[in-house]
Order: sequence, then structure tokens, then C-alpha cells
Amino acid sequence: MAYTGQHVTSIRTYVTVFLCLMALTALTVWVAFMDLGFMNTIVAMTIAVIKALLVVLIFMHLKDNPKVLWIAAGGAAVWLAIMMSFTLADYLTRPASYLGGW
Amino acid sequence: MSETQATTVNETNYLNASSTLRSWLLTVDHKRIGILYLVTLTGFLLIGGIAAGLIRLELINASGRFFSHETYNKIFTAHGVVMIFFFLLPSIPAVFGNFLIPIMIGARDLAFPRLNLASWYIFVIGGVFGLSALVLGGVDTGWTFYTPYSSTYANSHVILTALGIFVAGFSSILTGINFIVTIHKMRAPGMTWFRLPLFVWAHYATSIVIVLGTPVIAITILLVACERLFHLGIFDPALGGDPVLFQHLFWFYSHPAVYIMVLPGMGVMSELIAAFSRKRIFGYTVVAMSSMAIAIIGFFVWGHHMFVSSQSIYAGLVFSFLSFLVAIPSAVKVFNWTATLYKGSISFKTPMVYALGFIGLFTVGGLTGLFLATAAVDVHVHDTYFVVAHFHYVMIGGAMMEFLGALHFWWPKMIGKMYPERVSRAGSILLFIAFNLTFFPQFILGYMGMPRRYHVYPPEFQLLHRMSSLGAGLLFISFAVVFGSLLWSLVKGKKAPANPWPAKGLEWETSSPPPTFNFDRIPEVTEEAYAYETLFGDEPGPTS
Ligand SMILES: [Cu+2]
Repeated sequence: MAYTGQHVTSIRTYVTVFLCLMALTALTVWVAFMDLGFMNTIVAMTIAVIKALLVVLIFMHLKDNPKVLWIAAGGAAVWLAIMMSFTLADYLTRPASYLGGW
Repeated sequence: MSETQATTVNETNYLNASSTLRSWLLTVDHKRIGILYLVTLTGFLLIGGIAAGLIRLELINASGRFFSHETYNKIFTAHGVVMIFFFLLPSIPAVFGNFLIPIMIGARDLAFPRLNLASWYIFVIGGVFGLSALVLGGVDTGWTFYTPYSSTYANSHVILTALGIFVAGFSSILTGINFIVTIHKMRAPGMTWFRLPLFVWAHYATSIVIVLGTPVIAITILLVACERLFHLGIFDPALGGDPVLFQHLFWFYSHPAVYIMVLPGMGVMSELIAAFSRKRIFGYTVVAMSSMAIAIIGFFVWGHHMFVSSQSIYAGLVFSFLSFLVAIPSAVKVFNWTATLYKGSISFKTPMVYALGFIGLFTVGGLTGLFLATAAVDVHVHDTYFVVAHFHYVMIGGAMMEFLGALHFWWPKMIGKMYPERVSRAGSILLFIAFNLTFFPQFILGYMGMPRRYHVYPPEFQLLHRMSSLGAGLLFISFAVVFGSLLWSLVKGKKAPANPWPAKGLEWETSSPPPTFNFDRIPEVTEEAYAYETLFGDEPGPTS
């Protein structure tokens, strides 16, 4: 379907998403007080990614937008992945004595 | 709009359509915004140039006679920050991209004219922050802002400068978005992707780099400011951070930033070589695609700045290999331009002198980049004048030469006046000689071990430093000749015809200077770019 510039997101959806974001923020804070060992970072990042997806798809209307904008948004995500993976290619291959925990 | 224009097309153009200050400061005309950028950026070029002059003045003597250590640190930082963030990064896109992209693709303006004006204001605000830091006492971190010095120890105006760069970055991002949307959506009927001038392809590639890279430097610099202000542990090991993380984030942007500076110059290059050889560009598609390849591969090489800063050997190997890879599309371009010259009808007008200068200087700059990408050699020459010389061959020999080439090539179109050919050409040749005298000795200095950013050095280096300083003096004279003759032509220059060279491209089919809305009628494109045989017949054009 051609992009018409009309977003048909209802107020109810916005409010629901907002409440979800708040709940997830509360969850982040709650989890931060627990020691999950190596899962600490993974849990925090998972929650953050879910929140980012909610914002991008619904608040920023990517869900209802033409595919070329999906390419643009996807490109940004891929570039973030490039930045992180090449940086980790350094950190993860250093002699163990260089590194503390993270 | 076109009916009222049509009757007065010969008298009314974008420059004389209105003349109040207000009409300039509130303009949404991409051509006027290009001129606003040109004036602003020339101011920054002057400031950065004065700082460069002070550096070379200090280095005449081995003993560091004129400035204290602190002052010298602030001078070379001012030079780097102003030249990179406030001149070279915006230079060709903001001036010539703004002015030419809509005309080249047959549009009346960019996709978002108001956003375009906003990006100029944002740039000016960023510039005011940067300059006020300079006036209040300057920064001494170097343009690279390496942590932990910048985040913990430096006592100078790091945050104010960082803020200036942060704000100016948004101006770049907005310009990049504007170009991408314009090139996608505003092309005239018949202007297919593979009929776009290579200047437009280069700006498309540059815009992608800008949009993907600039947010990273903005955030990184914000993190430095946060660590300074709130002692958040990002880069300081004592707070649980890692100083090398800064280098990763900084170079993730700042290596591609080199391509933001040089890719638009390569776009200019293709226009100049074709126009003054009166031939189609050899291998159009390959040249267009090599711009895209440089834009993408350019993001995979940043670790070549970190061979000696505790990066793992494995990562160093990978980054070294990928850095060699990015040389391929750059070399493809150089070979294609050279092949374009073959059997061309070449004329040595001033823009062509800059273009030919570019081929030589960029080749030296690019090949010494391969020396530096070789990890074992880099250990030896890292942080020496070898790097300084390499960088200036790419940035001045590449980006700056093409900025000047573009300025002369499109000056008749932008201003409606011809520059004085003989004086300008003499200026361009003097500039080429002065440039080499300034920077070639720095390769030797660096290879002998002269470290960058030092103002006291062993006396045996003095002769080479003096040669370099003499070259810098000559560079000042040649810049005075170049800009002086352009300023002279503002008043006394001959009136320019619509197509003075003559060259192909939609910008040469409208009057000089163009009317406010570029074309009386939106053109219909029926041929490929650089179809010079339609301008001169099948033979490569008449000799001039
Ligand atoms: Cu680099």
C-alpha cells in the first residue's frame, strides 16, 4: 500500500505503550539491585532493546511506514552491530590479564 | 511561479532578486544558503590558517622560542579543531552540494528548504561555542580529545569546545538527510540513477556516512563531558571505565570522517576531469559504485589508529587487512580519472590545474596511508610527522585542492563573474609548489623520528622544519593570490556566460547566476551524464 502520510495510531495504543515503557523502566531498576552474575548485562540489554523497539515501531511509526524506511532503520541497527562487534573483536581477544570483569 | 520569471529571466537572478540583510538571513533558497556557508567557512579557514601559521612560526627554531608548552598545545588544537570540524567537514557538501545538487538533478530546491536554513544556523551556533572556547583561553587536548587527558586532567575549555562540535554535528546530519531525500525524491523526469553526475553520487555516499557516523561522535563527546562534569565512569579506569573505549568510539566516526571530507572532493574531481578533457568519464558505473564502496568499507578500518594503544594483536591484524581493502576503490577512481585523460582534448584552465594536482597529491597521501596501515611500519612512524604529512596530503592535497577547484569551476555560475584566468592559474601552481615544500619534508622528519605535537626538537631536524615553514609562508602568499583574485573578480570580473567552459550538466543549461527557482521549466533529461560528444560532435572537442 502506498504511504499516505496518515498515521492511524489511537490514543489508547500510545497510553498502553507508555505504560509498558514505564513498567520496563521499573523492571530495569528492580533487576539492577539483584546480582545475576554474567546475566546482569544480558538482562539489562534485553529490556533496553524491547523498549527501543516499542519506541521505534509505535512512537516513531515505523510499523506503518514504507519499506524503504525499514531499510534506513535497519541500516542504523546493522551499523551499531558493526561498531560493537569490531570493538569486542579487540576486547575479547586481549590477553586475559588486561581485562577485569564487565 | 515560472510565468513571472520567464519575462525577466535575463535580469533577475537569485543574487539580485532581493538585497536586504533580512532576505539573506531568512532565505530558504539553497543557492543563497550555499553562499552563506561559503562566507562562514572562509572565515573559519582563515582562523585555522592563522593557527597553522603560528605552528610553523614556532617550529622555525628547535628551541621552541616563541610560545610556552601550554600555548603551543592550544595552538595546534585550535588548528585541528577549526580546520576539521568547522571547515573541511562541511566545506564541499555545505557550499557546493547545497548550491549544485538541486540544479544538477533538475529540481527547484532541496527537499527540505527550511531544514537547510536551520542547519546553517545550527552550524553557526556550534561555531560560536567553538570560537568562544578559543577566545576564553582555548583547549589543549589536540583535535582527537583522547581520554583520560580530556576527561580527567585537562584544565582548558574541553566542554565548551565539545559542545561546539556536538552542535555542529547536528548541522551535518540535517544536511546529509536533506541530500539523501532530495536525491531519492526530487530528480527531474528522465534523470535516472545512472544518469546522475558523479558529483551527486559522491554526495549521496557522503550523506550516508554523515548520517551513520556523526551521531557516534556526538554521543562520545557528550560522554567525555559527562565524565568531566558528573564523574560517570566511562573512560576513567579509576571509575571503572576504559580509556581505549574512547579511541574505538572516536575513530569509528573519525576515520569515516576522512571520507566525509574527501569523497565530495572526488565528486568534484570527476566533473573537472570530464569537462577539461571534453570526454565521458571512463567507467562511469565503477566510479559511482566505488564512492559507495568507500562509504561502506570506510567504517570497517578504524582500528588502524590503535595499533600501539593496547588493541589486541588479532584486532590489529583484521583492521590492517581491511584498511588495505579500502584502498582499492580509491585507486579505482584514480585510474579511471587518468584513463579519462587519455586521448582527451585537455585544456589547463585553473580548475584543471587543481584537478591534476589532486591526482598527484592524493596518490602520495593514499599510498603513504598504506604504509601506515601496515602494522609493523606503523609502530615505527606512529605519532610522528609521517602521519602529519600523510594526513595533510590527503586533506589539503585532496579535499582542499578540490574545494578550490570547485570554487573556480562554479564561480562563474554562482557569482556570474569570470575570475582572472592567468592570475588564478599562477596562484594555483604556486599553491601546488608551496604545498609540497611544506609537507614533503615532514615525511622525512617523521621517518627520522620527529614526534608530532612537540615544539622543542633536536637541532638536526631544524633544516627540514625550516623548509616546511618556508613552504607555509609561500602557502599563505598563494592563498592570498587565489582569494584575492576571486575577490577582485567580484567587482571587476567579466560577466560570465551561461556555459563558459563549455561543460555538460544541467547547471550549465540555466543562466549564470541562475534564477531563484533554477529553471524556467523543469528540464527533461534524455542523455547520460558527460555526453560530451553531443556538445562537440563525435571527435573529442575543438582545441581552445
Ligand atoms: Cu583512519
